[in-house]
Parts: sequence; C-alpha cells; structure tokens
Amino acid sequence: MTAAVAFFYLFSMIMLASAFMVIAARNPVHSVLFLILAFVNAAGLFMLAGAEFLGMILIVVYVGAVAVLFLFVVMMLDVDFAEMKRGFLQVLPIGAIIGGIVAIELILVVGSWTVAPAGSAPVGSPITPGVTNTVALGRVLYTQYIYLFQAAGLVLLTAMVGAIVLTLRHKVVKRQVIAEQNARTQASVVEIKKVPFRAGV
Amino acid sequence: MYPLSFSIAHALPETILAVGALLLILVGAIRGEKSAPLVAELAIGLLTLALVVIFIGAKTTATVFDGAFIDDQFARYMKALVLIGSIVTLILSRDFLRRENIDQFEFPVLVMLSTLGMLMLTSANSLISLYLGLELMSLALYVVASFHRDNLKASEAGLKYFVLGALSSGMLLYGASLIYGYAGSVSFPGIAAALKSGPAIGVVFGLVFLLAGLAFKMSTVPFHMWTPDVYEGAPTPVTAFFASAPKMAAVAITLRTVMVAFPNITHEWRQIVMFISVASMALGSFAAIGQTNIKRLMAYSSIGHMGFALVGLAAANAAGVEGVAIYLAIYLVTTLGVFAAIVAMRVQGRSVENISDLAGLSRTDGWMAFFMAMLMFSLAGIPPMAGFFAKYYAFLAAVQAGLTPLAVIGVLLSTVAAFYYLRIVKVMYFDEAAPAFDRAPFAVRAVCAVATALVFCFWVYPAPIVEAATNAARAFF
Repeated sequence: MTAAVAFFYLFSMIMLASAFMVIAARNPVHSVLFLILAFVNAAGLFMLAGAEFLGMILIVVYVGAVAVLFLFVVMMLDVDFAEMKRGFLQVLPIGAIIGGIVAIELILVVGSWTVAPAGSAPVGSPITPGVTNTVALGRVLYTQYIYLFQAAGLVLLTAMVGAIVLTLRHKVVKRQVIAEQNARTQASVVEIKKVPFRAGV
Repeated sequence: MYPLSFSIAHALPETILAVGALLLILVGAIRGEKSAPLVAELAIGLLTLALVVIFIGAKTTATVFDGAFIDDQFARYMKALVLIGSIVTLILSRDFLRRENIDQFEFPVLVMLSTLGMLMLTSANSLISLYLGLELMSLALYVVASFHRDNLKASEAGLKYFVLGALSSGMLLYGASLIYGYAGSVSFPGIAAALKSGPAIGVVFGLVFLLAGLAFKMSTVPFHMWTPDVYEGAPTPVTAFFASAPKMAAVAITLRTVMVAFPNITHEWRQIVMFISVASMALGSFAAIGQTNIKRLMAYSSIGHMGFALVGLAAANAAGVEGVAIYLAIYLVTTLGVFAAIVAMRVQGRSVENISDLAGLSRTDGWMAFFMAMLMFSLAGIPPMAGFFAKYYAFLAAVQAGLTPLAVIGVLLSTVAAFYYLRIVKVMYFDEAAPAFDRAPFAVRAVCAVATALVFCFWVYPAPIVEAATNAARAFF
C-alpha cells in the first residue's frame, strides 16, 4: 500500500511539474518533450488505479502518435512560439486569480449538488474479479458492441477517403529508369555542330 | 441476445452498403482514374439492391445489436426515401461531374457511405448509434460539399459546413451526455422508462441541446445559417443530395428520438418543435423572396418545408407522424425534380444558376418549363398537386391535436411562400427569352418528367404512399 502511495505522489509530482514546464519552457521542442513526460506519468497513474488498458493506450496513442505529430508540426512549421508566449509569465498571476475564482465556483456548485432521483439508479457495470480490463473490453467490443465498433470504423474510413479526395493531387512525376540511363551512349545524346565563326548558332 | 446472422438479416441494406462501399473503393483503387463511370454504375446498382431488399424483406419489427439498432416499419419507410434520394443524386451527378471535370470514383463511394450513415441514423435506437450514424452521414457530406476542390465557392461551402457541423456535433454530444447522466441509459426505451415520473431538469436541458444538434442537420431556424451558402457553393447534384436524403434521415431520427425516448415529456419538447417550426416557416417564406440565385432560393425553400413538416411532429400523435411521413415523401420527389431541372440549366456548356436565366424557358424548351412550373405549383401547395396534400395532412394532424393556431400560421406563411414559387413560373412563361439551354441528357430529363408525373398523379391514386405512411406511424403507437 505504501509503495502505491509513494508512486502515486511520485507520478503526480513529476506530471504536475512537467505540465508546468510545457507552458513555461522557452523552446517549443522542449515543451513537447515535457508533454510526453506528462503523458507517461499519467499512464503510470492509470496503472496504479488498475486501469492498465487505458494506461497502455495512453502511451501508444498519445506518446506514440499524437505527441510525435506535435513534434513534427513544431519542427516543420516556422511558428515563432517565443513571440507568441512573450509576457506569458507576467500575466500568469491574473490568470491564476481567475482560475482560483472558477475553482471556488465549481467547489460551491459541487458542494450543493444533489443527484436527481431519476438518475440515482446504479448505472455502472460491476467489475468481475479476475478479469483484466483488456479482456473485459475485448469480450464486449466484438460481441455486444460490434455494431457500434464497426460503425466507428466506417466513420474513420470515410474521414480517410475524404482527406485523400480533398488533398491528393496526381502529379506527373519523372521516374528514374536506370536501364535507360545505362544504355545511353555518347552517340545517342551528344550532337556536334559546326558553328561558323562570327555567325552565331 | 440474438445470433449475429439474425441481426445482419435485419440490417441487410446497411450490410450491403457497407460491404459494397469497401469493394467499390478497391475497384477504384485497382482500376485507377478511369473507373469512375463503372464505380458510379455499381453504386447505383448497390443502392437499388438495398432498396429492393427493403421492399421485399421481412416486415417484422426487431431490435438487434444489443438494442442499438431497430428495424421497424417507420425505419423501412424512411430508408426507402433516403435511398431514392441517393440513387437520383447519383443519376443526376454523372453527366454533371464529367462536364465539370471532377469525375472521380470517390464521389459515388462517399455518397454511398453517407447513405449508409443515414440508414444507420434512421434505425438508431440509442444515443451512441444516433451519434455514429450522424457523424458517418455528415463527414461524407462535408467532403462532397467541397468535392469541386479547385472552386473557391465549393471549398468555402465545405469548410463552412464542416466548422458549423462540428459545432453542432459538439452541442448534440453535450446534450446526449446530459441525458445519459440524468436518465442513466443511452437506449431510447431506457430513457423513456427513466422519465416515467416526469421531466428531470437535467434531461430537459440535455434535450434542448440534442434537438439543437438535430435541428442543424435538418437546417431549421435558428440553426439554418449554413444552408444558403452551402447550397450555393456545392456542385448542383450535391445540393440536390443535401436537399433530399440527409433531410429525410434527420427528420426521421428527430421523430424517433422524441417519440420513443421522450413520450413522457411531450409538453417540453413540443414547445421547442413548435418554435423551430414557426421560425423556419417564416424565414423560409420571407427570406427567399429577395433571392436571385435559384440554388439559394431552394435553400430557403427547404428551410421553410422542414418547418411545415415539423408542424406534423408538433402534433405528437399518430396522424402527425403519418403527416410528416407523407410530407417528406412528397417533398423528396418534388425537390429531386426541381434539382434535376436546375442541373439541366446549362448555356453553351457552362452551368448557370440565376433565376433570370430561366426567362422565357417556355419558348425555348416547353417541356422543361412545364415540368418546372408543375413542380413549383407543388412546392407552393396549390391543389391538385401533391404539395397541397402534403401540407393538408400535416396541418390536419396539428388541428386534431388542438394546435389550430400553429396550423393557421402555417397556412398563412405558405401563401407568402407561394409568391416566389409563382414568380419563377412567371419568369419562365412571360419574360423575354434568355439564351436557350443546352439539351439536357436523357437521364436528367427523365428524372424531371417522372417527378412531375408523380406529383401530378398523387391525388388520383394516393393509396400506396398514404398506406405506407399509416403503417410507418403505427411503429410508435
């Protein structure tokens, strides 16, 4: 138990610190790298909470794909992040005050919260002991939710087809034909012309 | 739980379209650029096959895929309308796309995927399947709106539709999550069961957002802003598609949602539907008067017609559902006919879309002018054209439900709308002749002629549509 608590605080602290560094770092590439660190620590927190599937998905999807995509965007687009973020830390206190007010409002709202009688029926699915998240998800994803799963797949397919239709342009590309290159001789490509003196070509 | 084969048997049209779309992508990818005509023909064939399956398939009601999908008489009726809209769109688009040089094989595939989304939407029986169907439909629509990607207006139309569509999806999801949170269920019957004791404030809140998202897809006031620009910018056959099939699906799911999930809080949603209905009728009637572009005019006209259809929904009884079903069928046929006539508007190979280009059409192409005039009379609701009976059934249901003021407002506004429909007839028959149109391809003229014939003959033999609509309405009562 104590080990779990210790790791919880470890992951949380690193995550908060790196989340702060995401917005505070001068170099945008460093920001993205801190973002990845935050993701990895969040994955660790998911693992501690027993949601190993979510943790792994976070690493695969967010660290593996989304963050790398960010990195590409940051490195390929010439966006002057330093200029955009200038004066950010100066206005931070004002932002913190506004954030604090919103937080207090939220606490007041949640404090006086009552659940509507119609919604009080238990809606969560019970966790079957001895079944891991991945197995539990796999059991329903391809049986109970096969229709929705396939529908989501078709939505993604449509998005892909649409992106290709709207952006792909079939350009005429000159391809290298090595055999043709090798078959060239001096006679086939070089032509010697006799140019008369002072007459031009 | 049922075996998968039983589920698929009840979702056979969807299965045909899903598998067909995947195969057509393969055909297009393997055969390359030249495959566009072949893919378009195959797509028309597959859509027709799905339509035939609906007509000759089982007539039983079943809830399959763990309550996410319902196959009932209402769903089959609306699916038939959706499929007719898609098939006619593809027929109209073939010649048009070739002339505009945007004849790519992806177009029929995207129309098929969008149609698949509409069918799923029509049969949705839970909030999740509603959302997935809606997104599948809309994503493909965003792309076909800007299919003419080198055209500035088409790109603008696609972008505008996409941004506003994403906003509306967000609202819909927000509403859906509120409803789920307060009702404790995503399935429509489950929500209805949770609301037995009356409305919970959270559910009503969610319902407002849900209806806002759906109103966007129906393009009703106050979520109509995108409609004129998108209709004007998109290629004409795509506009025909927007004005027909997606509206059928959007009205169908709105009807199903309020009838199945919220029958216990009719009073709450009826206020919203009545407001949307009156506002749409008013805007559709007045804003169209000043339009010079016929596609923009049809956009406002479609907003107005959705308002008229919703009069039936506000009645919230069997007659009302029947009225909406009849209204949609007649609106679909008339709109497709009108858009076939608009697709045929070409002068020396260039497509024109101003109302003034129609001037003197009766002298240069008498039949086309006659078709267009009859369809305009129908849209205006002048007896004995079908459009009159459409409004009759919708308003009758409202009067039966004690909503006489709503029906009176509807009748008054429909006379205002008659002005701009009749003006088109006047321009065609009494104005100085503009340059003659190129002769339209046979398929386009045929669509126009068949639509006119159907609209003209409805009062002679209305039984098939009325009976089908009555059966469809029985699914809820």
